[in-house]
Amino acid sequence: MPDRASKIRVHCRVNGQAVTLEVYPMTRLLDVLREQLGLTGTKEGCGEGECGACAVEIDGALVNTCLVPIAQAEGAAILTIEGVADGVNLKAIQEAFINYGGAQCGICTPGMILAVTNLLARHPDPTDLQIREGLAGNLCRCTGYTKIFESVVAACHRAERPA
Amino acid sequence: MRSFVAAYEMETPSDLSAALERLSREPGDWKPFAGGTDLMVLLEAGKLAHRRFVNIWNLEELRRIEVTPGHITVGSLVTYTQVRGHETLSREFSLLARAAAETGGIATQNRGTLGGNIANASPAADSPPALLAYDAQIELLSTSGSRWLPYRSFHTGYKKMNMRPGELIRAIRLPRATDGWKHYYRKVGTRRAQAISKVCFAAAGRLEDGRIADVRIALGSVAPVPLRAVETETLLRGEKLASAALPAAQAALAGEIAPIDDMRSTARYRRRVAQNLLAEFLEVLAG
Repeated sequence: MPDRASKIRVHCRVNGQAVTLEVYPMTRLLDVLREQLGLTGTKEGCGEGECGACAVEIDGALVNTCLVPIAQAEGAAILTIEGVADGVNLKAIQEAFINYGGAQCGICTPGMILAVTNLLARHPDPTDLQIREGLAGNLCRCTGYTKIFESVVAACHRAERPA
Repeated sequence: MRSFVAAYEMETPSDLSAALERLSREPGDWKPFAGGTDLMVLLEAGKLAHRRFVNIWNLEELRRIEVTPGHITVGSLVTYTQVRGHETLSREFSLLARAAAETGGIATQNRGTLGGNIANASPAADSPPALLAYDAQIELLSTSGSRWLPYRSFHTGYKKMNMRPGELIRAIRLPRATDGWKHYYRKVGTRRAQAISKVCFAAAGRLEDGRIADVRIALGSVAPVPLRAVETETLLRGEKLASAALPAAQAALAGEIAPIDDMRSTARYRRRVAQNLLAEFLEVLAG
């Protein structure tokens, strides 16, 4: 058996809730979310930062959790897909994904929703190009992207409701 | 197979001097770890040979962009997102801004750092050609002090760098002498987003009376290191754009690059594309 590192204590906030973790420092944030905190909405796709399925927001920035060692989450405020809706009240972008067929098999959907949430925080009224760029790091093998793109456009046009 | 994550150590020093101290105590035993966009891929693939890392992500003193009349100095932890969002830097050094915009997606750009891209020393990295074209200088820091060297002399072979154990990249300095220059950047990959380059071409040039007064050409993915095409530059300098300089310059370029066949492309394709991009650059310079 190889030598083991010491576990470290990490404090952070996940979906507004303070958590303290005892973890090996290089454990992936993705694994901590899914296996220690039970937040299985965040999906693992490629495990190498190419597909965006594991995306969350850390301190307001979109990040792939497969590439974040937990030691770097000390003090961070993390938003996962579980924290996007307000209870059972979906955000406009989540409803748009349902209404416009933006979600099919569902593996890419949590990362897509986080990427769009992050995009709309930066660009509340995005151009087509900004939408494409905002989604460029998220792969989908079902929809061909058009329905996802249309979902984002639809959500943006409902300006009277928060995205 | 995945790595055994419990075997990896990571320490988080509170400031830069503590980080340098950690790196120097057992030189070479501890390595800096920035945004993780390369190292975590190796970890998951079971290929991360090194076991002890110094987490430098929180060192704000390495995350600054300083603008002086003569230079812009970019801290090694500056992310691609920061590069893209910095008005002066992205206006005057557009090749670097383009490289930042074409590296991965938003999530990668939020974590990937300039210093990390350099220290990872991939010949396919997208920011080194831009830095080479701008005659960047690089500052290396250790407990014994700081030293500056031309970035051109930093990469010495495949994944080999002019960097001593215990050293950390502190900053990249770009001379602000780009007035009147035209800039050309093109990354050729399998798809627009998220692709690793087959060929990356970053060039800048300046005309005087229809002649090429100065020109800098740098490429990625065509040699064991990011490459400045000095022979091609020498051939082009002083030439009229309308002249028949292009075929000779293309031949010189083909001679000084050394592309290989690999999973992403072939040597033949890369050589041809590099030559075509040279032609396109000269059109941009003329236009």
